[in-house]
Amino acid sequence: MSAVHVSTNINGDDVEFVCRPDESLLDVLRDRLGMTGSKEGCGTGDCGACSVELDGRLVCSCLVMGAEVGGHKIETIEGMAQGDKLHPLQQKFLEHAALQCGICTPGFLVAARNLLERNNDPTETEVRYWLAGNLCRCTGYDKIVRAVLDTAKDMRKSAAKSSAKKPAAKKKAAPKKTAKKGARHAA
Amino acid sequence: MPLDANTPDLRTEFKSVGTRPNRPDGVDKVTGRARFGADFALPGQLTGLILRSPHAHAKIKSIDTSAAEALPGVKAVITYKDIPEQEGCDKDVLVNIMARGTALYDGHAVAAVAAVDASVARKALKLIKVDYKVLKHVTDVDEAMKPDAPVLHPGRFDPVDFSTLENAAHVSGKEERKTATPAHSNIAGRYVFGHGDPDKGFKQADVIVEHEFKTEATHQGYIEPHACTASVSSDGMAELWVCTQGPFMVRDVCASLLGMDVSRLRVTPSEIGGGFGGKTTVFIEPVALALSRKAGKPVKVVMSRSEVFRATGPTSSASMWVKIGAKKDGTFVAADAVLKYQGGAFPGSPVEMGAMCAFACYDLKNVRIVGYDVVTNRPKQAAYRAPGAPMSAFAVEGVIGEIADKLGMDAIDIRLKNAAKEGTVSSYGPTFGPVGLVETLEAAKAHKNYKVKLGKNQGRGVASGFWFNFAGNTCVSINLNVDGTLALALGTVDIGGSRASMCLMAAEELGISYEDVRAVIADTSSLGYNDISEGSRVTFSSGLATIKAVRDLKVRMCGRAAKIWGIPEDAVKWENGAAHPAGSNAGNFPPLSIKEIAAQASATGGPLAGHYEINAEGAGPSFATHVCDVEVDPDTGAMKVLRYLVVQDAGKAIHPSYVEGQFQGGAVQGIGWVLNEEYFYGKDGTLQNAGFLDYRVPVCSDVPMIDTVIVEVPNPGHPYGVRGVGETSIVPPLACVANAVSSAIGVRARTLPMSPPRVLAALEGVAASKA
Ligand code: FES
Ligand code: FES
Repeated sequence: MSAVHVSTNINGDDVEFVCRPDESLLDVLRDRLGMTGSKEGCGTGDCGACSVELDGRLVCSCLVMGAEVGGHKIETIEGMAQGDKLHPLQQKFLEHAALQCGICTPGFLVAARNLLERNNDPTETEVRYWLAGNLCRCTGYDKIVRAVLDTAKDMRKSAAKSSAKKPAAKKKAAPKKTAKKGARHAA
Repeated sequence: MPLDANTPDLRTEFKSVGTRPNRPDGVDKVTGRARFGADFALPGQLTGLILRSPHAHAKIKSIDTSAAEALPGVKAVITYKDIPEQEGCDKDVLVNIMARGTALYDGHAVAAVAAVDASVARKALKLIKVDYKVLKHVTDVDEAMKPDAPVLHPGRFDPVDFSTLENAAHVSGKEERKTATPAHSNIAGRYVFGHGDPDKGFKQADVIVEHEFKTEATHQGYIEPHACTASVSSDGMAELWVCTQGPFMVRDVCASLLGMDVSRLRVTPSEIGGGFGGKTTVFIEPVALALSRKAGKPVKVVMSRSEVFRATGPTSSASMWVKIGAKKDGTFVAADAVLKYQGGAFPGSPVEMGAMCAFACYDLKNVRIVGYDVVTNRPKQAAYRAPGAPMSAFAVEGVIGEIADKLGMDAIDIRLKNAAKEGTVSSYGPTFGPVGLVETLEAAKAHKNYKVKLGKNQGRGVASGFWFNFAGNTCVSINLNVDGTLALALGTVDIGGSRASMCLMAAEELGISYEDVRAVIADTSSLGYNDISEGSRVTFSSGLATIKAVRDLKVRMCGRAAKIWGIPEDAVKWENGAAHPAGSNAGNFPPLSIKEIAAQASATGGPLAGHYEINAEGAGPSFATHVCDVEVDPDTGAMKVLRYLVVQDAGKAIHPSYVEGQFQGGAVQGIGWVLNEEYFYGKDGTLQNAGFLDYRVPVCSDVPMIDTVIVEVPNPGHPYGVRGVGETSIVPPLACVANAVSSAIGVRARTLPMSPPRVLAALEGVAASKA
């Protein structure tokens, strides 16, 4: 097996790496690039701990081959906070004690951000089904769901504030979410 | 009762304790910066992989590693021969980490390799030739107790003669048991608890209910697989980075298995991605050390998910019989139980604790519990949250539900009538001090969930539960920094926010702000021995030691203030984060804040620190009552949990959010146990569902919000009244959900999991018996 040379973009930075054809994107992130924020809970697409965005789509990085991400855009947990400013979801996860051990947390945050970018007013049921691909064994999900709903509420409030300031801006309809399972396994 | 002379009575007024600040390790955990077991890397490290038995039970005739060793890039191959038996080591653990002559379960480690990368290591595993002679196997607990069952450890356990045992009939349910005397046996232990005379007691009963119950093995299901990185130098000094609940345990056990002085091995615990009891023993750690020793390089070993399922400890599967007699008014007059738990290929199933917990919620004059610890061809069980208790509670609380139905009594009232309280002689021996079961029952009854009207095919279940809580060896030190902030060193790993709780207690005791205390989890060379983070002992024991270490520091700080003021040490007291003269005749000095004392530490005698070491006792038990509403689809057998309420006694909730989190997490694990989760073995004794796709833990869309009520009946054994809360929450759900299903559709599930086909079959049975 000869190694493959790949040029890609991770969290806004151009990145080059070399990997074997049998390495997953998760292997590359963790073992080649030292980005250990994405976790491996199963390696088979069943736990969501390795969730990343690939061109805006939520995928399990353990199911994507490293060799196939050339020319694509990848967003990982490491790119979520801007400098020392946490993303509102990260802040809410802390305030709601939505993590116990924390191993599932990066995956949940990436998945929840992807949801809120599509739909900033999800119902509890929508949150629960969207996050059904992410396993958490510690929390029973209660505080995670609350943290996501609370973030959405705050985001709507600040969106309303800024659109009130700019009366010309049209209210954008929240895009319909695509079926999550499909999105995950399409990769 | 004061713990010692300088301890005031139970504190009841708090400033920091009971608030909900963000946890100190939180930012690292939401940004991906926190380092878990698999996140460590050392320069030049090799990848270690383990070859596992594909058979449930097999003689290992030979292992040929030569081809693997010859593969370029392979730096070490080991078998049991590379881990020779050391005097005094735990033989069962030794055999479990690497088979010695016989593979005892599907997934049992047989050999291991270390190679330059994973791809070479995988190739090397394929080149190892193992010649197996497959033996008969047994995975079911009842089957394993039969006289003709394959014997796992020939000659090790004395055969049990059932003909002489009082409750023999219930042990086997079969006549042959009374006469058969097996040559060998898989029964590793027998435990008996109780008092009074149940046989006489049952004669006074107006109603008696007895049934047999079965539960399947479930896995702790932590999301982080076991991972470690070992580095052994040629001078015999070794380091190990590992995700574990007990770094000191890992150090001591590995040292004894590998014949090392304890001082030569330093273990640094990583952040831990869940454990629930499953990370309280060693699996890959001694193997990684042995590989590193042989290869002369660091070796990292990370389990795959399927290895976690096949080769680490799930909890026991159980087969149980429970009988309870009651008067018309609901008073229990007698209770009897036989519990049989298989603990995998080695002794040590949690049947003893299951037996102790079975009837612990109730005040019983006549009670007997017999427990059997049985070995089978399954992975060695490991502790799982309140080990042993959820199964026996499933049987006992199910029978109580049926008695309540028979008597037409409210499910909470019948429990209130029989509830254990202060002064009750427990079914396992000790007399209870102040406990909170009655309070949880009353709070559950008053909760809005208990009043919601139910619809068609909906039902409500109630169940209570108990867990002892552990205390044990604990050691803490706290260092005053030059700017008046504090570094708190703990020896118990933080699985669910315990650093936050410790910082809150330290801040409370010092009268300073929470942000001024920073907690770290120390490595094994930096602090004295600490027992494992298990048994819900951390907030109790490390909390107690933290408070005492702070008190030690306060005495020293008062001493420095005395020196500065030129007055006797006992004329200084500590209040609101500062030293004050104890009274007007001590002198009239303005208080010296912790910052001022810290700044002058060097000039007044040197650095300031406090520490405390204890083998703690007095962990108060925690009781809980759960209420659950379900809806069952009679066409498919599928069920939906509509509402779930956890009411539990926390003694004192230090950080209420994390207490609620423990309640919610345990409840949902219990819901998984009752609805879906099970170890599924094929006819050949191999595990058929070693992955999260087929071993289905609850996902977000399976459960509703989990409502919680924290009851606080202070534990007199802790300065702030703390009781451990981590485990009781998984005890009631099995019976609670089963009781709800029974109230919804009239079917009593006595075999877990209650998967849709099982519910459907039971429904059809009911319909057939009515037809
Ligand atoms: S690691 Fe579990 S889904 Fe990728
Ligand atoms: S917080 Fe531990 S798995 Fe989610």
